Amino acid sequence: MSLDPLPVLNDPSPDELRERIEAAIPGSRVTEADGDGHHFRVTVISDSFEGVSRINRHRTINEIFEGELGGRIHALSISCQTSEEAK
Amino acid sequence: MSETEANPLREAIAGAIAEKEVLLFMKGTPEAPMCGFSARTVATLEAHEATFFSVDVLPDPRIREELSAISNWPTIPQLFVKGELVGGCDIITEMADTGELATVLGVKAPAQPAPKAPETVQAPPLTIGDATAE
Repeated sequence: MSLDPLPVLNDPSPDELRERIEAAIPGSRVTEADGDGHHFRVTVISDSFEGVSRINRHRTINEIFEGELGGRIHALSISCQTSEEAK
Repeated sequence: MSETEANPLREAIAGAIAEKEVLLFMKGTPEAPMCGFSARTVATLEAHEATFFSVDVLPDPRIREELSAISNWPTIPQLFVKGELVGGCDIITEMADTGELATVLGVKAPAQPAPKAPETVQAPPLTIGDATAE
């Protein structure tokens, strides 16, 4: 019995994370995106975070990568700020 | 598995979250954290001299699955205060920097910024089953 080959997934890149976040949150800017293919750090600036708790800001980002965190994206450090907070 | 089925593990986790004022789900124990993010979170809590209980999620992957189902939060560590998820390592670190963490914990802010990577962790490990729990 042979198994179908698993789909090949490229290691995620900081640019991929940046593009997906900015596409998912209109008007957002990812001002920092670093990573080694497994561990990443992003800083996201968006005025949509105004009045939103830290937990729920992070949930917005986590939802973009749902099912990938802990797997393809081993670890993602997130900082979410409004443009006012980022000053 | 249906959501309505009896789920003793999920109930036990939810019960611990409701019962313990400050509860940290982590990889490893406070004295021997098995992940840098858990280690940093423990160090931050200890810098605040906060009393907390911890649960090691590593012995059984179902602990983590059930916890994430309850909390809607994908990663470990997870800090709960008074039954509410406060955050993971990033949020705890940010809140320590701004002084918000001390307010949430009801303690004085530490004079020194929280250490980023402690070589040792001083407090004894606490578990849900700890005899000092009550």
